[in-house]
Amino acid sequence: MKRLLFILPIIAFAGLAAFLGFGLTQDPKELPSQLIDRPLPEFALPGIADGGPGLASASFKGEPRLLNVWASWCAACPQEHPVLERIAQEGFPVYGIAWKDKPEDSRAFLARYGDPYSGMGSDFSGRTAIDLGVTGAPETFVVDKRGRVRFKQIGPISPEVWEGQIKPLMLQLRAEA
Amino acid sequence: MLAEIGHFALILTLLVAAAQAVLPMLGAIRGDAALMAFGRSAASLQALLIAISFGCLMTLFGQADFSVALVANHSALSQPLPYRLAATWGNHEGSMLLWVLVLSLYGAGIAKFGDNLRATLQARILSVQAMISVAFLAFALFTSNPFARLSPALLDGAELNPLLQDPGLVFHPPLLYLGYVGFSVTFSFAVAALLEGRADPAWARWMRPWVLAAWVPLTIGITLGSFWAYYELGWGGWWFWDPVENASFMPWLIGTALLHSAIVTEKRGSLAGWTILLAILAFSLSLIGTFLVRSGILTSVHAFAVDPERGVFILAMIIGSTGTALALFAARAPMLRSGALFGTVSRESGLTFNNLLLMALTAVVFLGTFYPVIMEAVSPANKISVGPPYYNLVFVPLVAPLLILVTIGPMLAWKRDDLATLGRKLLVPAAIVTALLAGLVLAFGWQQLVAALGLALGAWLLLGAGLVLVRRWWGASGFSWRLVRTTPAATIGLVLAHAGLGFTTAGIAAMTSFAAEKILVMRPGDTAAAGPVSVTLLGAEEVDGANYRALRARFAVAQDGRERALVSERRLYTVSGNQTTEAGIGVSLLGNQYVAIGDVQQDARGQGLVVRIYWHPLVGWIWFGGLLMALGGAASLADRRFRIGAPQAREPLAPRLVPAE
Repeated sequence: MKRLLFILPIIAFAGLAAFLGFGLTQDPKELPSQLIDRPLPEFALPGIADGGPGLASASFKGEPRLLNVWASWCAACPQEHPVLERIAQEGFPVYGIAWKDKPEDSRAFLARYGDPYSGMGSDFSGRTAIDLGVTGAPETFVVDKRGRVRFKQIGPISPEVWEGQIKPLMLQLRAEA
Repeated sequence: MLAEIGHFALILTLLVAAAQAVLPMLGAIRGDAALMAFGRSAASLQALLIAISFGCLMTLFGQADFSVALVANHSALSQPLPYRLAATWGNHEGSMLLWVLVLSLYGAGIAKFGDNLRATLQARILSVQAMISVAFLAFALFTSNPFARLSPALLDGAELNPLLQDPGLVFHPPLLYLGYVGFSVTFSFAVAALLEGRADPAWARWMRPWVLAAWVPLTIGITLGSFWAYYELGWGGWWFWDPVENASFMPWLIGTALLHSAIVTEKRGSLAGWTILLAILAFSLSLIGTFLVRSGILTSVHAFAVDPERGVFILAMIIGSTGTALALFAARAPMLRSGALFGTVSRESGLTFNNLLLMALTAVVFLGTFYPVIMEAVSPANKISVGPPYYNLVFVPLVAPLLILVTIGPMLAWKRDDLATLGRKLLVPAAIVTALLAGLVLAFGWQQLVAALGLALGAWLLLGAGLVLVRRWWGASGFSWRLVRTTPAATIGLVLAHAGLGFTTAGIAAMTSFAAEKILVMRPGDTAAAGPVSVTLLGAEEVDGANYRALRARFAVAQDGRERALVSERRLYTVSGNQTTEAGIGVSLLGNQYVAIGDVQQDARGQGLVVRIYWHPLVGWIWFGGLLMALGGAASLADRRFRIGAPQAREPLAPRLVPAE
């Protein structure tokens, strides 16, 4: 009986460890899968130029596109920028959401580094980014012809990621009915 | 270059720690004095190497070397130098390095100040300590290398979260780490005792200073953290029951229990198994708390970008350390000799009861913290979080008897006491507190009964602390200076710590029941009141700081005919775009006036500034009490008996330890 008392802590701990192990499989890292194959959350954002065109989720139809969440304050975005320009030059449309960024700062950034984006929305409040489950900038969503999210890249797109993962996926999505 | 030196030193540390994990243990088993001595040298070397590594990282931050990824991601040129340096541990990788640094420093401490320990015990402790080091160093090197280079290098870095750009951050994490990691020493003591099959009064006496060495910084760290949240987060809360806070509170509760249970083991030789279990749990909770918060299991989806590889590593580490220790406990603890028996009414049983209550409180906090994880496992559809109502409902009824006991405990005699003697000793404080309670109920009415009870409990604790001194200083022949002079430091520690708890209790009671607040839109010239505080907005203007722009509002604050000026700022940090609030706080003995500004808002009368006004009665007492508790711990640490060795320590290695072959 007394012996049992001393074994109790390890038994309780084993139970706890099982729960924690399970908790680890529920990692937020798996979040992307929640949006994968689901329609893009609805949004209608103003543009970054006064009175300029904005960006709405409804326009993500007809052809596969990339949706890049970025900000002028983000350290990795200037690194990613040349890759985005190359993607645009190769003929794949890139759309952007400027996240928690003042429109004038976003404009200054694009004036300095160039503008590969086919369309841009300003999510100054960060509300849309919450719907998208954005955890940090930059993040990029691959959206198919029917407006469904098919892939999510966390962190900057490197040339390798573009060549190895995203470009093949884009070509495949183009071929889809 | 520096980054490579730092990286290399880190690798060397791992190698030294690996040797230290194995050889001294082998020496203790074989009775090889040379191998055991190696443990002491290795511990010092390990500390030196990791200090070099940490120094390199700090210098990289100081030089703003943006070719190092960590520096580029967590500091910017516009940041003042002290905050760039503090950024060294304001991120995951750097804080891991700080963690191993502290761990190694404690290890070196055992090697240096452990001359009076049994040599075999010291060797085993150093080995266990090094095993923990190895796990953390491998974790740092393989999953979160702080010295990784960034190519191409950046011209300027991303900023440290501005909320963390504050003197609070400079001291808060290192203090918490001193506490968490300090419990690694008690963990090593416990495991070593189980391996030796001996947990006697001498063992408890050796361990107790290390418990205090962990408990004191942890107490200060929690107090500072609470104070930092109060003035930085902008709405005057001082405790939020969020997972990160609970992660530091649980080891504190268990550490407090350990502190008291070790007294029983030291003085009476009893409760050895219990003391060992608490020593294991204190460190396990430090690990579980800090790291599961970090692994992302408990954070909301938007709070952190998380690396599951780290989570798996951490969980493996927790299972490895705690699992092994508890298995060892199950196998060995029943064989430990238990000390003298004690009566139902005795100091021992008082301390046992104190331990049970502290354990129950820890369980309450633990359940509240991990309930969401457990619920998610049981029914994935239910995402639940546990809030303050749960804690108020469950925590308070458990804490009240504990606080009553705090004053009773020191009045009890060891081994056997009786209720009649105890009643006579406590008659005066009990009468005073009852009168106070009656007075408070008359003054505030029955609706404020909980507040009255809380304040009365605070008084009960303060009186109890005073009573200890009175009984010590007034001997059979009245007051004597000799008795004052010879008061042991441990007694002073007890008095300070228990009095500190009294101040904290009174502060919490007053804050919970009598705090007043008002949130409104104000224009220059407007006056508003919250409780006894009357606030006039004088004006607002834009100002520029070192690395931020701010909206600064000036207020005239009047209370009880006395007026003072307060300033509150809303800062926008230009690099990261983050916003923080710097509240204007008027501090006084009886409470704080607290004014914080929000956004500029449009309402029916045009543009105005959102202003939050609070009256926080006795709030300063909460932190004063915390610091007093820490001071008590420090005083106790200074007690002479920890510096004079126990008799066993003087024995050279006994011949019976020579191996049989």
